Amino acid sequence: MSSVLYDAPGPKARARSRVISVVGILLVAGVLLWLILAMGAPKPSANGAVQPGLWDPTRWDVFTDVQVWRSLGQGVLATLSMAGVAAVFALIIGVLFSFGRSADHKAIRIPTTIILEFVRGLPVLLMMLFILLVFATGAYWAGVAALAIYNGAIIGEALRAGIQSLPRGQREAGLAIGLTPLATRFRIEFPQAFRQMLPIIIAQLVVLLKDTSLAFIVGYSELLRVGVKNLPDFFGNRYAFSFFLVVLAIYLAMNLSLSWFARFIARRSGPKSGKLVEPEPTLTPKDTLSSTRGSYSTGDAGGPGTF
Amino acid sequence: MDAVIENLPVFLEGFKNTLGLLIFSGIGALILGVFVAALRISPVASFRGFATVYTEIVRNTPLTLVLFFCAFLLPYLQFSPPFFVLALIGLTVYTSPFVAEALRSGINGVPVGQAEAARSVGLTFGQSLSYVIMPQAVRMVIPPLINVFIALTKNTSVAGAFFVFELFGAGRQVTNDRGDEVIAILLAVAFFYLVITITLGQIAARVEKKVAVLR
Repeated sequence: MSSVLYDAPGPKARARSRVISVVGILLVAGVLLWLILAMGAPKPSANGAVQPGLWDPTRWDVFTDVQVWRSLGQGVLATLSMAGVAAVFALIIGVLFSFGRSADHKAIRIPTTIILEFVRGLPVLLMMLFILLVFATGAYWAGVAALAIYNGAIIGEALRAGIQSLPRGQREAGLAIGLTPLATRFRIEFPQAFRQMLPIIIAQLVVLLKDTSLAFIVGYSELLRVGVKNLPDFFGNRYAFSFFLVVLAIYLAMNLSLSWFARFIARRSGPKSGKLVEPEPTLTPKDTLSSTRGSYSTGDAGGPGTF
Repeated sequence: MDAVIENLPVFLEGFKNTLGLLIFSGIGALILGVFVAALRISPVASFRGFATVYTEIVRNTPLTLVLFFCAFLLPYLQFSPPFFVLALIGLTVYTSPFVAEALRSGINGVPVGQAEAARSVGLTFGQSLSYVIMPQAVRMVIPPLINVFIALTKNTSVAGAFFVFELFGAGRQVTNDRGDEVIAILLAVAFFYLVITITLGQIAARVEKKVAVLR
């Protein structure tokens, strides 16, 4: 481990660091073990009946039932279908927003900016409720519409930042060879901005996937509702914990694989776009686009110079 | 419109609770986040590993699931403070890795040359962190940190679905009573959220501008 912050450790420091490391591992492992044992211990419930521990087979035997897995699978499909449809619309809305915000006419630019600020400042959940109650669309489309609009606004800001960070010469060259302003934007600026912002956009899509769980609250039967509400209601509350752990594992598997994909893209497209455009001198996101839940995850997309 | 005016005390009660959630879980997340960030840059490998795993897991878990755990499964484990406290725990845990990441990216944003210069004049790890890197990093960290708190403001709405009476819960209750004025009621709720988020956003923008001049 080389870092500018401390000297290359000598034999003594290395030994000490190894000792602390081992102690740290033991500490973490100890706490985990204690948690596992504590959850595994049978415990009496309020009415005097003794509940078997979490690792008892009777708390897990529902998972031999094919029907459980079929329901969970349907939940996953419902989640994915909401996320997929919302992602497509979010991309379209994002492109429209980015064009509106970087339009030449004030009459387009200013209203777009106001709408963007409005949308970004509201909770997605409130938007879902609004669409559900006002337009009576049903839970699925309320979820899709709210997610698409909210994430579209954020993707739009990312794209606008991408367009803005391009050298002026790109636009000037496009106009100079006789392209119309719109054609310049579509054929010269937009492709570059999109490629540069791809990691942020994918990170935002991870957020979108995560946020489909909000549709649980407006009553859509996606993975969360099926897994932690419907199934435990049906099979009994003693399975609540087991179902929770399984649902957590499914969510982690979906989101982590998408996050890793985002990071892979970031690594692959990082140096290439660096040639096209001077990279930012700092690693912090410079633009206001970070006022989202998602764009923090781009912190990892950074680059060299980590301590 | 009169549905909004009649129920103004309800909205204000919700607004108060939203602010409470924001402030308390914000402070909690800040403390936990500083701790996680410190673990993530520490020289001890096992601490770094632990912090990385924690960050990855919490960041990829939906907030709804975290709050569900707090509201339903913690009481089931015979730990049952009021729902407000349970929601605070959930929001704190969920926000802490985002705080940690904002801090870490701020520290990484300080040019390496600064650290090299500090080290080459003979400052130790602790000294170069506290005299050279942190004063610069703190400035760069404030805008992304405010953005984390804006996100937290919006996230408090999820607590409204888990028995905490905050703005979203207030809006839901009032729309149940007055189904005829849904639009006005929800716009009123939106207004209260925007009061917090836009103010914070303006502060972030101003600080960002100031920092940009300083650099």
